[in-house]
Amino acid sequence: MKKKVLTVDDSRTIRNMLLVTLNNAGFETIQAEDGIEGLEVLEDCNPDVIVTDINMPRLDGFGFIEGVRKNDRFRAIPILVLTTESDAEKKNRARQAGATGWIVKPFDPTKLIDAIERVTA
Amino acid sequence: MDMNEIKEIFFQECEEQLAELESGLLKMNDGDRDPETVNAVFRAVHSIKGGAGAFGLDDLVAFAHVFETTLDCVRSNKLDPGPEVLKTMLKSADVLADLTAASRDGGTVDPSRTSVLVKELEALANGQVPAPTAEVPTPVAPPAPKPVAAAPKPVAAAPTDESGFQPIPFSFDDFGGEEAEAPAMEIPLCDVVFKPRPELYSKGNEATLLLRDLSRIGEMSIYCDMDALPPLDQMDPEGAYFFWKISIRTEKGEEGVRSVFEFAEWDCDLEVKVHEVATEGEEDEELPMQPVPFDLSALDDIEEDHDHHEDHADHHEEVAAAIEAAKVATSVISMAATTQQAAPAAQAAVAKPAAAAAAGNAESSGSGGANPTIRVDLDRVDRLINLVGELVINQAMLSQSVIANETSGATTINTGLEELQQLTREIQDSVMAIRAQPVKPVFQRMSRIVREVADMVGKSVRLVTEGENTEVDKTVIDKLAEPLTHMIRNAVDHGLEMPEKRAALGKNPEGTVKLSAKHRSGRIVIELSDDGAGINREKVRQKAIDNDLITSETNLSDEEIDNLIFHPGFSTADKITDVSGRGVGMDVVKRSIQALGGRINISSRPGQGSTFTMSLPLTLAVLDGMVVTVAGQTLVVPLTAIVETLQPEASAIHSFGASQRLISIRDSFCPLVDVGRILNFRSMQANPTDGVALLVESESGGQRALMVDAIQGQRQVVIKSLEANYTHVPGIAAATILGDGRVALILDVDAVVAASRGQALGGDGALAAAS
Repeated sequence: MKKKVLTVDDSRTIRNMLLVTLNNAGFETIQAEDGIEGLEVLEDCNPDVIVTDINMPRLDGFGFIEGVRKNDRFRAIPILVLTTESDAEKKNRARQAGATGWIVKPFDPTKLIDAIERVTA
Repeated sequence: MDMNEIKEIFFQECEEQLAELESGLLKMNDGDRDPETVNAVFRAVHSIKGGAGAFGLDDLVAFAHVFETTLDCVRSNKLDPGPEVLKTMLKSADVLADLTAASRDGGTVDPSRTSVLVKELEALANGQVPAPTAEVPTPVAPPAPKPVAAAPKPVAAAPTDESGFQPIPFSFDDFGGEEAEAPAMEIPLCDVVFKPRPELYSKGNEATLLLRDLSRIGEMSIYCDMDALPPLDQMDPEGAYFFWKISIRTEKGEEGVRSVFEFAEWDCDLEVKVHEVATEGEEDEELPMQPVPFDLSALDDIEEDHDHHEDHADHHEEVAAAIEAAKVATSVISMAATTQQAAPAAQAAVAKPAAAAAAGNAESSGSGGANPTIRVDLDRVDRLINLVGELVINQAMLSQSVIANETSGATTINTGLEELQQLTREIQDSVMAIRAQPVKPVFQRMSRIVREVADMVGKSVRLVTEGENTEVDKTVIDKLAEPLTHMIRNAVDHGLEMPEKRAALGKNPEGTVKLSAKHRSGRIVIELSDDGAGINREKVRQKAIDNDLITSETNLSDEEIDNLIFHPGFSTADKITDVSGRGVGMDVVKRSIQALGGRINISSRPGQGSTFTMSLPLTLAVLDGMVVTVAGQTLVVPLTAIVETLQPEASAIHSFGASQRLISIRDSFCPLVDVGRILNFRSMQANPTDGVALLVESESGGQRALMVDAIQGQRQVVIKSLEANYTHVPGIAAATILGDGRVALILDVDAVVAASRGQALGGDGALAAAS
């Protein structure tokens, strides 16, 4: 069975890049545009891994991660933070919210797939 | 979809983000302190930076990064977004837009502009708020080219150098180099102690996977310490009871080992000890076992067979058999087995069948969402519009043939036909609505023009926009930008007075330029007004005399003088400035508005400013026209040009000169123009009393009575370009297909009026004649 990835990012450019990269790497990709939509979509899609941006309208990445971890069904899903916020403080906040790992932009397909491979069985 | 297409999407998105950025900054400029506004502004820059990074657009990334840092200070309330701060930010937004455009279309942005702003932004981020400049800003001298030292920041460093954090590459190949080529004997041996804490699991990390990753960077042996495992009844299913001791021989060294645990380093105790020089014979004495190759297949089985625990037994036995000699074997097995059962990962595994079941509807739920809009290729919409045009024509033809066959009794056919007509009209309107777009993007672009020009000429100007959500056909919007830009430049450069002068006149030193849009009787009306000095009629008049446009005796009304500025080659600026006077005059503006089927007028009050009013059709695809007959030909006259129609009486016709005739309408005289003669449909002028006169108003303001033979009726016609299908014909704007399938030409009223002037008055000067 294909591994399923939920991506949450408000940028259309990044969403398309994620889609192309993940599909090429043989993942099934589900996409949401912000944290709120991410949580909605999550209920139905049961992903193997989540890749999320931090800066988003409505509900940002921190809030989204907390929302995922609060849900008993999803609290063990690996969550990778995909963001340009590379400074230690923000990384730490993402970790405290429950992020599993992170991928520092600029977006690079190899890095993304590597990181996903690392956190998924 | 390939990278180029995504890049295309990126630039589209940039446009949107830039618009968002600018409107957000303008809101902040008006005192909006809503955190969401600041956030949206931040996100816009952030998003551009993110995408630009992915495409290696380094200049863009570098500038966006500095901009973003400063915005972050505003976002975190470290920097108060006062007027001076916002001025810098608005200018930065302009530079960002230019950098984006340069990345898309090639070309460069003046590095001095960028570096000046980078410095200003950095100063702001460092808490240096500039002292407000005097109320009256001084003209900004063009920034002197900076020495090399002031060039934009080195790009490569920007994205990663903040807060000293260096992203650790995931690709282990990066660690290659000398070490990799060293003989195997010198591969360092590391002792690793890895003690996960419960948090490690609660964040979705997994000890098994970390060990798997570790095994990939070198040959390792592993020992699992299970001493802490409590009896079953005391066990917290989410506790972390095991720890591992690993001995690994890896080229990557300590750094490589640590990078494996990068995601987990906060949530585990990790000790890495490197044996300085490891030789083949030197075994680690602290570990109570022989290094055994760590068999990954055990883990692979777990990966593949989450749902079949039974199968594991066999595999485990094989693994155990293979490494029976080493006691470690049991550890491997128990590690694999216990982590699977005890760690929260098991829950994820249980959830899998549900995932499979949900897979079917995943697609729909993924693509669904709050966004009620879709993006469609413009070509597709245009194709649809074209087809609907054909449909309209076809429906008209059908109606005509039904009428021709006189099926007066067959009411069902007529009713059906009427319904078809109505539906066709509705489809047409709906399709046109697809192309309709708010004028907002163009208006937003204007605020930048105002800023730039104001800066250049040292004026303080405020742009007020109204009705930005008024919709009009996309083609109209696209073609509106250029004339508007020119007019805005003029308004700021020529229209508004210098701040000192305004102050002396008791006006607000800050001038106001107002841009508004509204719908009025099926057209869009765009008004551009300034509160400047208004048209200097004496100067305009003198200039017109100097340029031989009028004679000194010509008697012109104020309105006519104002309209002189639309005459080709007319420029009132005393000297040619950087801003205006690039050889493009108001006549060009006028022509581009006319090319859109629009009209432009000016009204001006001395000392109070000028207002340009443009009236444009909502669409360029259809036209409401009056179908007329001239010399046996069917012509369509745009309804918007027609003021009234009248039946000339012999007593109202007056001869003037050799071949000219005037018609008196309510005590004023208006030249009578025979359309058939102008278009060379006939060689002799027709008898005015036999035809109908259409009183039209041309864009140049003058009225003419156009003589046609008969009026057939009013109709909405689909415009077909003559240029695209045939060639340009003077006096004809376009063509259409009528219900009987015949092509009818659409009259270019202005061209006809202009031609009538030349014909009527020879070299006497068109404007003088118009008076």
